[in-house]
Amino acid sequence: MNAPFVPPVCAEPPVKRGQREVFCGLTSIVWLHRKIQDAFFLVVGSRTCAHLIQSAAGVMIFAEPRFATAILEERDLAGLADIDEELDRAASRLLERRQDIKLLFLVASCPSEVIKIDLVRAAARLDKRLGANVRVLSYSGSGVETTFTQGEDSCLAALVPELPAEPASAAPSLLVVGALADVVEDQFARLFAELGLADVRFLPMRRAGAMPAVGPNTFVLLAQPFLAETARVLETRGAKRLDAPFPLGGEGTTLWLKAAADAFGVSSRRFEDVTAPGRARAETAVARHAPKLAGKRIFFFPDSQLEIPLARFLSRELGAQPIEVAQPYIHRGLLAEELALLPEGLRLSEGPDVETQLDRCRAERPDLTVCGLGLANPLEAEGLTTKWSIELLFTPIQGYEQAGDLAELFARPLVRRSRLEV
Amino acid sequence: MRLTLWTYEGPPHIGAMRVATAMRGLHYVLHAPQGDTYADLLFTMIERRGERPPVTYTTFQARDLGGDTAELFKTSARDAYERFQPQAMIVGASCTAELIQDDPGGLARALDLPIPVIALELPAYQKQENWGAAETFYRLVRGLSGQKRERASRARPIANLLGPTALGFRHRDDVVEVTKLLESLGVDIGVTAPLGATPADLTLLGEADFNVVLYPEVALPAARHLEKTHGQPFTKTVPIGVGATRDFIAEVAGLTGRGAEETGEASRLPWWSRSVDSTYLTGKRVFIFGDATHALAAERIAREELAFDVVGLGTYSREFARELRERAKAHGLEALISDDYLEVEAAIAAARPDLVLGTQMERHIAKRLRIPCAVISAPTHVQDFPARYSPQMGPEGANVIFDAWIHPLMMGLEEHLIAMFREDSEFHDAAGPSHLGAPQAAAPAAEVPSPPSGTSKPDAAAPIWRQDAEKELKKIPFFVRGKARNNTESFARARGLATITVETLYDAKAHYGR
Repeated sequence: MNAPFVPPVCAEPPVKRGQREVFCGLTSIVWLHRKIQDAFFLVVGSRTCAHLIQSAAGVMIFAEPRFATAILEERDLAGLADIDEELDRAASRLLERRQDIKLLFLVASCPSEVIKIDLVRAAARLDKRLGANVRVLSYSGSGVETTFTQGEDSCLAALVPELPAEPASAAPSLLVVGALADVVEDQFARLFAELGLADVRFLPMRRAGAMPAVGPNTFVLLAQPFLAETARVLETRGAKRLDAPFPLGGEGTTLWLKAAADAFGVSSRRFEDVTAPGRARAETAVARHAPKLAGKRIFFFPDSQLEIPLARFLSRELGAQPIEVAQPYIHRGLLAEELALLPEGLRLSEGPDVETQLDRCRAERPDLTVCGLGLANPLEAEGLTTKWSIELLFTPIQGYEQAGDLAELFARPLVRRSRLEV
Repeated sequence: MRLTLWTYEGPPHIGAMRVATAMRGLHYVLHAPQGDTYADLLFTMIERRGERPPVTYTTFQARDLGGDTAELFKTSARDAYERFQPQAMIVGASCTAELIQDDPGGLARALDLPIPVIALELPAYQKQENWGAAETFYRLVRGLSGQKRERASRARPIANLLGPTALGFRHRDDVVEVTKLLESLGVDIGVTAPLGATPADLTLLGEADFNVVLYPEVALPAARHLEKTHGQPFTKTVPIGVGATRDFIAEVAGLTGRGAEETGEASRLPWWSRSVDSTYLTGKRVFIFGDATHALAAERIAREELAFDVVGLGTYSREFARELRERAKAHGLEALISDDYLEVEAAIAAARPDLVLGTQMERHIAKRLRIPCAVISAPTHVQDFPARYSPQMGPEGANVIFDAWIHPLMMGLEEHLIAMFREDSEFHDAAGPSHLGAPQAAAPAAEVPSPPSGTSKPDAAAPIWRQDAEKELKKIPFFVRGKARNNTESFARARGLATITVETLYDAKAHYGR
């Protein structure tokens, strides 16, 4: 599903394959379950899966989370237990406790895929059995198939066939795809309304019962760069994807909104008028942090798939200098507009070996290293300043009003290091 | 399949990682998909370690499954050896790799590395984290400790400290405290392992006269092996609490044949507990849940050293269920042996304790039920790795425990003052704390702790409070009012009373009063 590999901006000697240091797609349940408020995510997996989600969620923050793991045991593997019966039992126990659940996702994991448990069929069967009250869908969040944010892609792609169909005669509508914080979603909805876009929908929806319709007159605007499969299946339903950079930073937000405005024939005058206040606020807010980040050499380890848009934001709006930008994988189709905005001379790398990348990082001694939680403290202990990247998914960072916050997330570690005298 | 919301223990390979990360000069090559690398953050974030765990993951992907994952394992192991140059290596599979049956042990042997390579078989679909740690430590000890040797008689006997790992609950400080204690008893420390030990150190285990088992969950199989192979006895008492520390000293004295006079500093706990401010602690109802070692220790401290009433006792360590059951019986209780978070939550809600002593999970349960709580055991949280010296074992451990358990409760003097001032116009439940300045009214605290979601059914027959009874209820200090309300209502329900009068309120008080 990835686009064919083309040589990166700055050619790099072919690296031999090594250890990847990334989460699997199950991790995205941590924010997805907050977003769709009446959905429940049931992972069919191992104790490791349960432990991963629990650890990635930080602590056990929520009274009763809307996710759980059906942990496979020896008897399931040995074929002594009937997987259908076991799943029925687990689902019933969950739904008894949580009458508010309207959408149940069965989420495949590494072990469930290796032993080939057919969750698509299981979901269809459960869906039928549970009746109209609860929809049951399935997708894969397994680490052999998906990387971190790709879990969201997998989940949203599974929702697409469920979306109501809209006839070709329907008025044009905009579908914004990718989980955004509610506050950000509301801001965008207001901006689109001011631009005169009458019909703007969001996927994922906040409630299972509010699935947005899709049809040949739907324009799809991706709010997140990791949604290749979702975009593809939306296109099979006739929707047209708009090419745009992603709404990170003032410039990214403007170009992103512009793609939609152009598709809907909004005049440039109106676009200017509507976006001017937001652009000005973003500029002011970002400018406050520019002195701290200007000229700073930044090194990205692969993690969230947001690395390329972030590097673009940091270089163009804050004057920082990204030196290596790594992503678990690079979808050049979706990132074309972002890649075009990247400065010359940086090194792009796709799914690199963590050990050799660490060697490069140590040799470069960047001013700021953006990395996952497993690497941050060890690099800090070596005297490097780091920004841990999972925060970029749990914090509202998109749009004009968050551009300053986004800049601050990168400035804070630098400020901290400069202030500490211990 | 077992439905799980939160887990107390990770899979067994996490236990192996806790051993490997605790040691130096050991490397763990783990056949696992990329997602399993999340485990690194447990150590770097929760424990704030400044080094990555010494673990190489093969991170195979779906496209490798049809191809040669075995070759991928061999490449990873060879590269890890070359890059990290460890003294020894452990190899194994995580849950997914166990299914593809590549035999990491056999593959690693075929590489013929010039260091000891120990293969781990950790059945991920049967066992859990602590078992994995114990098995890994046992395999390492068995593989590296060598043959029995002659031990010269020494002026000061030598003991090994067994069991402390990475991510252990206060293991770092327990080691310091027990080392101090043993040295004050005239005992020198041989090897402390796994924490801080190298594979080379493990070859010296046989030099010691006896072993001190700090954490049976991790160290028991290794200690038994050393007893059998090297003739080293091991201690059975875990020195958590004043009484247990005293027994531990006596046990060590028995093993060394020396006097049991402790020369180190005594704990303050006995006097803190006897001083009059602590009178109010008498009969406080506590619910205890944790790993077996810490739950058993807490039970004894609660009973003998603080005069609490134990109203619940349990563990998620099934391996030690028998001992917990016996202790629980002494309190007329059925021990809760479970790793089902929902079951623990229900048990706590039913027991209505004054204090919960548990893990981070019980801390959340207690928070929801508005019950004070102190953490006594893993699973751990970043808060369980304090910057200060904070052991659980030995004399200082008892001091730490006194403070940690008592602080969540109201102090004796406070309780007395609250009773005295309860009619005061400036002292009521709607007044904000005085140290927050202006007399702003805080939101009135909800009186009835909300029951865990989904477990309660709307009760049609809820008794109705008569106005005078409601007024009388308000005279009860606000921090116990919720409990008084609940107790009175269940009392009324049990007797089929539709209305609660002042009479009912006091009948219920007499009924529940101790």
